[in-house]
Amino acid sequence: MRPFTYERAKSAQDAAVKAATTPGARFIAGGTNLLDLMKLEIETPTHLIDVNGLGMDRIEPIDGGGLRIGALVRNTDLAADARVRKDYGVLTRALVAGASGQLRNKATTAGNLLQRTRCPYFYDVNMPCNKRKPGSGCAAIGGFSRQLGVIGTSDACIATHPSDMAVAMRVLDASVETIRPDGTTRAIPIADFHTLPGQTPHVETALEKGEMIISVALPKPRGGTHIYRKVRDRASYAFALVSVAAVIGKDGKGAVALGGVAPKPWRVEGADALLPNGSKAVADRLFAGAAPREDNAFKLTLAQRTIAAVLAEAKA
Amino acid sequence: MKFDTPAGTNPIDRMKVVGQPTTRIDGPLKVGGHAPYAYEHQELPGKPAYGYVVGSAVAKGTIRSMDTSRAERAPGVVAVVTHRNAGKIAKGNFNTAMLLGGPKIQHYHQAIAVVVAETFEQARSAAALIDVDYARDRGAFDLAAAKVDAPDATGSDAPTAVGDFAGAFAAAPVQIDQTYTTPDQSHAMMEPHATIAAWEGDKLTVWSANQMVAWGAGDLARTLQIPPENVRLISPYVGGGFGGKLFLRSDVIMASLGAKAAKRPVKVALPRPFMGNNTTHRPATIQRIRLGATQDGTLTAIGHESWSGDLEGGGPESATQQTKLLYAGANRMTALRLAVLDLPEGNAMRAPGEAPGLMALEMAVDELAEKLGMDPVKLRVINDTQVDPEKPERPFSQRNLVRCLEEGAERFGWARRKAPGQVQEGRWLIGMGVAAAFRNNLNMKSGARVRLSPSGQVTVETDMTDIGTGTYTIMAQTAAEMMGVPLAKVTVKLGDSSFPVSAGSGGQWGANSSTAGLYAACVKLREAIVAKLGFGPGEATFENGQVHVGNRVADIASAAKGGEIVVEDSIEFGDLGKKFQQSTFGAHFVEVAVDRYTGEARVRRMLAVCAAGRILNPTAARSQVIGAMTMGVGGALMEELAVDKRFGFFVNHDLAGYEVPVHADIPHQEVVFLDEADDKVSPMKAKGVGELGLCGVGAAVANAIYNATGVRVRDYPITLDKHLDKLGEVV
Repeated sequence: MRPFTYERAKSAQDAAVKAATTPGARFIAGGTNLLDLMKLEIETPTHLIDVNGLGMDRIEPIDGGGLRIGALVRNTDLAADARVRKDYGVLTRALVAGASGQLRNKATTAGNLLQRTRCPYFYDVNMPCNKRKPGSGCAAIGGFSRQLGVIGTSDACIATHPSDMAVAMRVLDASVETIRPDGTTRAIPIADFHTLPGQTPHVETALEKGEMIISVALPKPRGGTHIYRKVRDRASYAFALVSVAAVIGKDGKGAVALGGVAPKPWRVEGADALLPNGSKAVADRLFAGAAPREDNAFKLTLAQRTIAAVLAEAKA
Repeated sequence: MKFDTPAGTNPIDRMKVVGQPTTRIDGPLKVGGHAPYAYEHQELPGKPAYGYVVGSAVAKGTIRSMDTSRAERAPGVVAVVTHRNAGKIAKGNFNTAMLLGGPKIQHYHQAIAVVVAETFEQARSAAALIDVDYARDRGAFDLAAAKVDAPDATGSDAPTAVGDFAGAFAAAPVQIDQTYTTPDQSHAMMEPHATIAAWEGDKLTVWSANQMVAWGAGDLARTLQIPPENVRLISPYVGGGFGGKLFLRSDVIMASLGAKAAKRPVKVALPRPFMGNNTTHRPATIQRIRLGATQDGTLTAIGHESWSGDLEGGGPESATQQTKLLYAGANRMTALRLAVLDLPEGNAMRAPGEAPGLMALEMAVDELAEKLGMDPVKLRVINDTQVDPEKPERPFSQRNLVRCLEEGAERFGWARRKAPGQVQEGRWLIGMGVAAAFRNNLNMKSGARVRLSPSGQVTVETDMTDIGTGTYTIMAQTAAEMMGVPLAKVTVKLGDSSFPVSAGSGGQWGANSSTAGLYAACVKLREAIVAKLGFGPGEATFENGQVHVGNRVADIASAAKGGEIVVEDSIEFGDLGKKFQQSTFGAHFVEVAVDRYTGEARVRRMLAVCAAGRILNPTAARSQVIGAMTMGVGGALMEELAVDKRFGFFVNHDLAGYEVPVHADIPHQEVVFLDEADDKVSPMKAKGVGELGLCGVGAAVANAIYNATGVRVRDYPITLDKHLDKLGEVV
């Protein structure tokens, strides 16, 4: 870990200004990912802006329907919120499928969206990695890629986004609300929030310099059966091989998003329309243009079968 | 004491303390945080500095240049030690690669420097400032490729053959000829390798997590080229070892070199991401098994070949070990072949040989049973043997494998097992599997010192270790039984090289050997007490804190009234292990559920029935077995060090990438011990259980998965991707 300076932000805009003007600055909230990465010198910030004192920790109704989740709402609190459990069950289910109780107590809503990939080559500083060290190459391509992405990847990076929560938010059409250093705010649809790697895998979101997440807005509840099915090698405390977030109505119509397969929560709106046609049609549409590797080609089969399991559960 | 004839009746047979379920006497210290582990000792001759180890970034090659100047100038740095300034370093007897590498690099994350600083954070930060320029060499990292021209292993690992295997196999009406693979596995114990080293003049003391104190102290002296009497190794508590701490490792050397350079005590703990490649691992195997049988299930030909790899000068994973002894069969062969690989050093992990060997053999037996249309329990029973099949003149000292299988089948409800793929509950496919458990019993010379104080307190001193197994408790039970005192009157001191040399903890020999050594010392103490009191001749009985000889009675404490009585002895084992094959046996039964959509396999029930001689402490033994069963589930379903065959290292080298079972993976586990006492193994009549509990578990899980799905996976771990496309279409 490199030495760093530290300050507590006074306001959201103050945090954004400091982040934009202090070289090497990073926000810190729960720190469950950032601190690990700093110890391994994968992240080497020279300045930390602690945003924990800024409030932003409430879940409030939005006029006309929907919920606004503060950036600092802890994963545990979000999962346990009665309104979330009642109207956005897929989100609660995704949250409790992630990490451990201890980590969820610390991890925040914004931090969860911004967590880094768990690609093992990203985690080993002796290995080339375009995400960690732009231009150094990608050791994962041609290496141990069982956990890694099959679609949306590039020849520069095949890492996946590890979040469960974000997959549920994607199926719920959430939007990420931010503040910029000049004090202006905007709402970024979650579909556009995470970016694909292309030739710049170190750029992972649409956030501008200094721009900070202040909340996540959920639109009006989407009726239907809420399911989050996470498939992994052990029963708990493991990242998804494939996960499926789905909200499916009695008529068989709905929406589906996948985790564990791409650099961002993977949803193709055109695939939603095919839900009444069964899992194969949906999977074929979701994975059109997929580029699996030898180690992870099974994810295509697994995704189709997991969608089938979800459809069967929704029907039951 | 020499143990060379079967044990007669002795005070242990009373089993008033030994054999009774006893919670661990060191439990309060541990849960209260008062049991010092290696990194936590406070009684140091000076304020400690912190060492952080730098590992090689390449698997094979040479350090062309190394710039430590930025690290040396970094805040708080006291010393930087590399091969250039470490002085002369030799290789120990028990490690294959140098524990301090450079300029030659033998494996990824081989230690090449230690940075010592005032704080841990400063040391870690400075360690990242060392610039190394490597000349990378091509290496061999792929076992399947290197297997092709791997030669036979030699010495005790040389091939064996009895009868005409090739002819008998060719003639057998029912044959199995399959290849199975097991991956590299990591010990992944909770406490990482850790050491505090302190020099006082030319005397070196290390507080280190080590299973084998005398081996560690000896190799430390050898590596640093100093007289053995100048080394003291202290290891009273060990947070898990599983074989990973049998030997001297880099933490000890780097702490010792750092302490010498810093001229003060230095603490070194290996960070978790270092463990996979810096320390040892269980080597991967490729195993070919051929079984030939007649239609009635009689095995006529048993052939087992296993390929593994290691660094030049290393050894094979002896996966054919159990195949020499487990089943009858007139014609048989085994062969171990060893390829040279440039991956990190392979070495012992819990039940080396049998653990991966049974994962393959007991799956092959299941396949044979199916081909014969025979119940797999029955197939194992009819091929039981009471003698060493390779040397029939050697009977087993005691062998109750058949009882384990039959009693287990009864308790588990084995009769309800259906044909493969027949039982479904909702989305779950249900199956049951069985495997035999087998692990040889090993005995090692073991010594102990016993003191009797004027207050009647009995103190045991030996360099034996407690690696979480319950050694403190069984030693106290043994001394209490022998001396006729309550447990509270016994103090046990372990894990110090200044104490008599013991068997140490490895190869499941620790419990039997170390308590037998203590038995010998207690026999001597009993004699000394009787002599001191002037009692005798006549048979002495020790109970309730008193000694009785004929009609004379005295408190044993009174014998020490004039001063503490101190005796020392050891147990040495004669040739009973040659005359009799000494092994431990068991049967594992497992029920699994496999999700028919996703292929995820989850264990639902487990039962182990064990026959392992006298059980010294059923509470501790049960803990050993359920822990081993848990490890077996890991091996069956998830554990694998993934090899990058280009860069030559284990990629998933932390506990996020190397998955072991969590609580949610482990269901109800039941353990049954048969009531045995084996008089050929030691005066304790006990054998080991710590490794037995692991042996066969993986195959029982694999066989249960097959019974659930009808899809056979022969490559461990059985992750969902290996059978997903064969589970039938789902829409």
